[in-house]
Amino acid sequence: MDAVLLARLQFAMTVGFHFLFPPVTIGLAWLLVIVETIGWRKKKEIYQEIGKFFAKLLAIIFAIGVATGIVMEFQFGTNWSEYSKFVGDIFGAPLAAEGVFAFFLESGFLGLYLFGRNRVSKGVHWFSALMVAIGSTISAFWIIAANSWQQTPAGYVLQNGRAELTSFAEAVFNPSTVIRFFHTFDAALIAGAFFMAGISSYYLLNKRNTEIFRASMKTAVIFGLIVSLLELFPFGHEHAKQVAHTQPEKFAAIEGLYTTKDGAPLVMFAIPTMPPPQLRGKIEIPGMLSWMAFGDVNARIPGINEFPADELPPLWLTFVSFHNMVVLGVLFILIMLWSVYSLYKKNILENKKLLKILLWAIPFPLIACQLGWIAAEVGRQPWIVYRLLRTSDAVSVTVPAGNILFSIILFGLIYLILGILCVYLIVREVKHGPALHEGKEAVV
Amino acid sequence: MDLNIIWFLLVAVLIIGYAVLDGFDLGVGVLHLFTKNEEEKRVNINAIGPVWDGNEVWLLTGGGALFAAFPVVYATIFSGFYIAFMLLLFALIFRAVSFEFRGKVDSAKWKGTWDIAFGLGSLLPAILFGVAVGNILRGISLDENRMFTGNFFTLLNPYSVLVGILSLVLFTMHGSIYMTIKSSDRQLERMKNIAPRLWMAFVILYTIVTFYSIFEAGFLFTSILSNPFFWILFLVLLGAIIFIPIALKSEKFGRAFFASSLTIACMLGLMAVSLFPRLVPSLTNLNYSLTIYNASSTERTLFTMLIIALIGMPFVIGYTIFIYRTFKGKVQINEESY
Repeated sequence: MDAVLLARLQFAMTVGFHFLFPPVTIGLAWLLVIVETIGWRKKKEIYQEIGKFFAKLLAIIFAIGVATGIVMEFQFGTNWSEYSKFVGDIFGAPLAAEGVFAFFLESGFLGLYLFGRNRVSKGVHWFSALMVAIGSTISAFWIIAANSWQQTPAGYVLQNGRAELTSFAEAVFNPSTVIRFFHTFDAALIAGAFFMAGISSYYLLNKRNTEIFRASMKTAVIFGLIVSLLELFPFGHEHAKQVAHTQPEKFAAIEGLYTTKDGAPLVMFAIPTMPPPQLRGKIEIPGMLSWMAFGDVNARIPGINEFPADELPPLWLTFVSFHNMVVLGVLFILIMLWSVYSLYKKNILENKKLLKILLWAIPFPLIACQLGWIAAEVGRQPWIVYRLLRTSDAVSVTVPAGNILFSIILFGLIYLILGILCVYLIVREVKHGPALHEGKEAVV
Repeated sequence: MDLNIIWFLLVAVLIIGYAVLDGFDLGVGVLHLFTKNEEEKRVNINAIGPVWDGNEVWLLTGGGALFAAFPVVYATIFSGFYIAFMLLLFALIFRAVSFEFRGKVDSAKWKGTWDIAFGLGSLLPAILFGVAVGNILRGISLDENRMFTGNFFTLLNPYSVLVGILSLVLFTMHGSIYMTIKSSDRQLERMKNIAPRLWMAFVILYTIVTFYSIFEAGFLFTSILSNPFFWILFLVLLGAIIFIPIALKSEKFGRAFFASSLTIACMLGLMAVSLFPRLVPSLTNLNYSLTIYNASSTERTLFTMLIIALIGMPFVIGYTIFIYRTFKGKVQINEESY
C-alpha cells in the first residue's frame, strides 16, 4: 500500500475516533451549565444532584477526548509535513490560539469543576462549569476555522512555495468558517441532549431515582428539540447553500447531481451505483435543490460532468454519508418532538416505547457527526487545501509506509481498547446510579 | 529585537512551562511505580489530579506555537521523530485515561493495571523528553534541503539516551519535592528521604552530561562564554541546585520546589542560549541547520501570534495560579477524589 493512502487512513481513524468525544463533551458541558444554574440560583437540590452525576460521566468522556486529542495536535507534522510547511504560516495560528484560549481554559476549570465543589464558593463552582463549556466551544471554533480554511482558503497569497498570510481576519473568517462552526457546534449540542435524555431514560425505565431523572429528562428534551430544529434550519440549510456557492463539485457530489441541470431536483432517496455514476430508485422533488441553493427554482446548478475527472471527490461515499446525515437529523427532530409532547402530556414515565428509543438513540447523533465529517472531508478530495494543494503532495516524504502502518496498528489497538473501556465505564457508572454511588465512595 | 527572536523566546517559555509543570507530575508518575500502599497511591494521583491536564496543555500549546511560528521545524521534527512520537503519544494516551479509569472499578487487578499505565505512561515521556533535547543539542541529520535523513535508531544515540536518563532523574526529583508539599506522615518521610538522593544522582549525571556535551556538540560552546545571558543563567542555576538540599533539610518544601523549578527553567534556558539562533542544528553540516530565520513563518503571522499570546497568556497565568491556590496544601481524600 502506498504511503499517501496509509497516511489518510491513519488520519481518518485517529480524527474519527477523537471526534466521537468532543461533541458529547461540548453538548453535555452546556447542559451542565443550565443544570448548575438552576441548582445554584433556584437552590434546587435535584438539579445539583443531576450536575454531580453527569459531571462524573463528563469526566470519563472528557478524559478520552483529551487523550485522543493530543495525537491530533502533532499529526499534521508527523504525517503531513509537506502540508505543514505549505500552510504553516496560516494553519498554525488557529491551532496555537486553540491552545492559548481554549485548552488551558477547559482543562484548568474542569479540574476545579470536578474536584472543587467543596473547596470554592457556589458561584465560583458554577463559573468553572461555564468556563468548561466556553473553553470547549472556543476549541471547536478554532479547529473549525482551521479546517474551513482548507475548504475555502482566504486571506493568503502564494509566495515562496507556500501560502503566506495577508489577513488573519480573512483567513479565520473565511467564507465557510462561521456557518460550519454553528452547524458543528449545534450538532454537538444535539449529541449532548441525546446523551442526557438517553441516560435519564434508563433510570425512568427502571424506575430508579425518577425524581432526579425526570428533571434531567425535561431539561434534555426541551433543549434537544430546540437545537435539533435549529440544525435543520438555519444551520444545515445555510451550510449547504455555502457549499453550493463555494465548492460546487462537492455540492454536486453530496447531492448526487451528476449532470448539469436547470431547475435541479432535490434527491430525497436514491441508491447510487457507479461507474458511470447513477442514482437508482430515486425519489426527488423537482426544482427544489435550485430553489434551496440559489433561491430560484430554475437556477442552473453545475453537475459532476462540468469538472475535470482528476478534481472530483469520491461520489458514492459523499452521497451516502451526506444523505444519511440528513435523514438522522430529521429523525432527531421527530424523536425530540415526540418526547416534548409526551412531557407536555405528562405521560413520559409510562411511555416505555419512547424511553427505549431515547436510550438506544444515544449513539446516533455521533454517527451523524461522523457522517457529516466524512461528507465534508471526503467531499474536499482530492485537495487537502481546496484547489491549492493536493492531498497526495502533502504527505511526509521522510516517513516510510511501514512506519505509518505501525502507527495505524498501534492506534487501532489503543482506540479499540479505549472505546470498549469507555462504554464499559459509562454503563457501570450508570448502573451504579447517583444514590448508590455516594454509598460506595464512603467505603473506598 | 525582531519578531523571530521574540518567538524563539516564547517557544522557549512554552517548553520551559511544560517541563516545569508537567515535569513534576511525570515525576510523581514515576514515583507511583514504587509506591506500594493503596492510600499513598491515591495521594499521588490526587496530588496531581486537578492540575495534570492543564500542565500537559503547555505541550499542546507549544506544539501549536511551533507550528505557527516555525512550521518547518514542526514539520521536520515531528515527521523525523515519527516512531518516537508515536510511542510518546501512546504513553500519554494511557496516562491520560488512567487517572479517570483507575478508581472506577474496585478490584486490585484493575487498579494495578492502571497504576502501571500511569507509571510507565509517565516514565516514557520523561525519558523521551530528554532524548529529544539530546538530539536537538547534538543536531540531527539534515541534508541540504533540510530534510531529515536519519531514522528512529539514529535518534537513540548514547548521548541522547544519557540526556534522557538525566531528564528522568530530574523530573523524578522534581516530583518527589512536589510530593513533600502534598503528602503527609510516612509518605512524607519517605519523600524527604528520597528527594536528596535523587538530587545527588541528578548532580552527578548533569556534570557528566555537561562534559560529554563539549565533545559531542562543541559548537554549542563556541561563543557562549562571552554571552552575559549564559553567565546569568549559569549562576542562577548553580544557586538553585545548591539551594535544593538546604531547603529540603530545613523542611521549606515550597522553596525547594521553587528551586527545582528554577533548575529546570535555567537548564532549558541555557540550552536556548547555546542553540540560538539555531532551532535544530544539522549534524551533516551546520549550514544546513534550521534557524529562527530560515524555518519561520512570515512577519505578519509572527506578529498576529504575538497579539494572540499577549491577550491570552495573562489569563492563562492568572487562572492557573488561582487553580493551584485552590488545591494547595496536603492532599485530603474525600468523596470527590479519584
